[in-house]
Amino acid sequence: MSNTEKKSASSRRDFLKVSTAAAVGGALTANLAAARNVHAAGSDVIRVGLIGCGGRGTGAVSQALATEGPVKLVAVGDAFAYRLESSLHQLQRRKELAEKIDVPKDRQFVGLDAYKKVIASDVDLVILATPPGFRPLHMAAAVEAGKHVFMEKPVAVDAAGVRSVLESTRKAKEKNLGVGVGLQRRHQLTYLDTIKRLQDGVIGDIHTMRVYWNGKGVWVRTRESSPEEIKTEMQYQVNNWYYFNWLSGDHICEQHIHNLDVCNWLKNGYPVAAQGMGGRQVRVGEEYGEIFDHHAVEFEYADGSRMFSWCRHMPGCWDSVSEHCQGTKGSSDISRAMIQVAGKELWTYRGEKNNPYQTEHDDLFASIRAGKPLNEGEIGAMSSMTAILGRMCTYSGKMIRMEEALASNQNTWPTNGEELTWDTKPPVPSVAVPGVTNVLG
Amino acid sequence: MSKLVRVCTAWQGLPVLAGLVACLVSLVAWAQEPASKPVLRVKDADAKTQDEMKPYTEQISGTEVTFRMTPIRGGKFVMGSPDSEPGRNEDEGPQHEVEVEPFWMGVCEVTWDEYEIWSFEMDIQRRKLTGTKPSELDKVADAVTRPTPPYTDMTFGMGKEGYPAICMTQLAAKKYCEWLSAKTGRFYRLPTEAEWEYACRAGTTTAYNFGDDPAKLDEYAWYAKNSKGKYQKVGTKKPNAWGLYDMHGNVAEWVLDGYYADGYSKFAGKVTKNPLLLPEALYPRVTRGGSWAAPADECRSASRMASNEDWKIQDPQIPQSKWYHTDATFVGFRVVRPLRAPTPEELKAYGPDEMQINLE
Repeated sequence: MSNTEKKSASSRRDFLKVSTAAAVGGALTANLAAARNVHAAGSDVIRVGLIGCGGRGTGAVSQALATEGPVKLVAVGDAFAYRLESSLHQLQRRKELAEKIDVPKDRQFVGLDAYKKVIASDVDLVILATPPGFRPLHMAAAVEAGKHVFMEKPVAVDAAGVRSVLESTRKAKEKNLGVGVGLQRRHQLTYLDTIKRLQDGVIGDIHTMRVYWNGKGVWVRTRESSPEEIKTEMQYQVNNWYYFNWLSGDHICEQHIHNLDVCNWLKNGYPVAAQGMGGRQVRVGEEYGEIFDHHAVEFEYADGSRMFSWCRHMPGCWDSVSEHCQGTKGSSDISRAMIQVAGKELWTYRGEKNNPYQTEHDDLFASIRAGKPLNEGEIGAMSSMTAILGRMCTYSGKMIRMEEALASNQNTWPTNGEELTWDTKPPVPSVAVPGVTNVLG
Repeated sequence: MSKLVRVCTAWQGLPVLAGLVACLVSLVAWAQEPASKPVLRVKDADAKTQDEMKPYTEQISGTEVTFRMTPIRGGKFVMGSPDSEPGRNEDEGPQHEVEVEPFWMGVCEVTWDEYEIWSFEMDIQRRKLTGTKPSELDKVADAVTRPTPPYTDMTFGMGKEGYPAICMTQLAAKKYCEWLSAKTGRFYRLPTEAEWEYACRAGTTTAYNFGDDPAKLDEYAWYAKNSKGKYQKVGTKKPNAWGLYDMHGNVAEWVLDGYYADGYSKFAGKVTKNPLLLPEALYPRVTRGGSWAAPADECRSASRMASNEDWKIQDPQIPQSKWYHTDATFVGFRVVRPLRAPTPEELKAYGPDEMQINLE
């Protein structure tokens, strides 16, 4: 595992160098031209399909379309018409994208099966940006059909989903398909430089890490405020997805994964065990479904080092979205790209800054054009699993080992494999009770 | 009354956002007799003439949060900088004479303590917790639109209590002023660019409000050289002669004006009373004073900074939020309160414009 990890990490750095060069001087054009014919049976154009037309999916498309070389958005799909229409409207009114959008009515798909129709629309790459609960299913279908994938984080909300994504990742490698994951810090110059220095041992052995996503929380879509097309309970939950575990995995998965992933990256591995506590103290209304509003988790890595993790959705409290670590010789505020030794500043990043949301697409598309597609599927799956392990601990109140968590048969999906329809009954929201709730199934 | 009706009609063309109508009612009320509306009683806050104006401490009711306002007497000054000023940009000229009316100005930049009461509805949450009924002022304030939640921690680890609020769009800053006005019963708004420079200069004609020597800036300002890469607590350096802190540095401050590089040419060779160049586009608009991230010459009294689209480059969503400039970690604001009640036309000019409201 660590070998593959290293390889993908080093190739990512190479691509970053390449894309930075392109951004600075356009020096890359000749290189790319040579590589272009490698992909998609000789065609220059990468045809993109968007599955999940929310704000992030729409943002991701604009970044995909801004990558070097010809790219076209040719198909879009969403569970709801109102989302799809607003997304297309937003994209089409951007003049710089006008020539790159070719989505006639017959390639606009609405419904729970829209993903299949997008995948079948002669696309080369799909952007998966639906609520995360759908990700394993959508990724499996895309890889099966031989499509490159860019997918938003988290990539799963339970262990069954993680195992599915790991399997799809393996298949994607066999088929030489690219898999990008929206953990953009891995493409951010400040992080790349800081993590490399820490891995090179500038603060000695790292024994303690602290990570936070303490903030106000996010939007809520109440029954009353939903558009007319939202009628059934299934439609309501999919629209107000943040607050239902089978769709979001709780905010420890949906947001805090970013910070957990930074330490996994730093440690070049994943926690082996965890214990934690959490609950629902402020955000208790029916419209907030079943997720907790705070989690605190202690993760243990194989070398005995610990990562202390806090995430909270409560306005008016101490806020921080950041990652920090302590080593035998010093400490680092990773998120601010600062390293201290003996209480004094040793180093602060002062180099070029990039927009990582753009670079993650630049890197993926350049790798596909070069015929050596990036595959971040395992990173995405295991950092999602790290967050899921944390949630299993806060929900159950137990200490749980990664291997038993990953083997868990608990599956949050509403059916036993049957296709979802708008009339399928979704799980009844049920707030976990630590000490009582069973998460291993 | 006919003036009021015209304002109302103009506003009806806008999409109906939650609270906009109620907000309009509160705005229109400003143009009527002050005595006819409720007001939060605060010591020394009342004045009919500029001789009666005193410094006062404003309260945000239902919380412990206060902030200080200080009177700025009306007067004339020369706006812009001379060609000879080191570090000067073309857009600071031609110099021209300006006359402004009296107003009170925030002694410090608006802090997170104040700003989050509005943006996170902390006053409403507190009332719920304690079972307190909203006052008449609260009811009007509650109807003012508040921003959507930020995706991430907008302090970016730079500190919260006592630190300046940052990363808000000009729309958000204007809406905060509307809410604060409703909440207190006193009319607050962003300063015009002319009012800002008049207050910053505090009677000086030099590059900085303490003289021309940038070596002394460290005593008065947090800027690139001494800020350690982040904003600092407000009011911790020396104030200018009129008692205003951080007019140079810490965070650049939103004003009402649109940015026109040659805007001052309109005013050349005459005395202009209360100039205000309204924005005709979403970008660029003006911020003043420089910031913790700026070199000394960008903190000069006459220096102007234009907003731009890149201030949202790391907002990962489309449409991008109309409330946040995710990348403008160096932009905040301070409030003013004019002595004279605004006319309906002025009210419209000071409030959010259609480009901002309709952004999404």
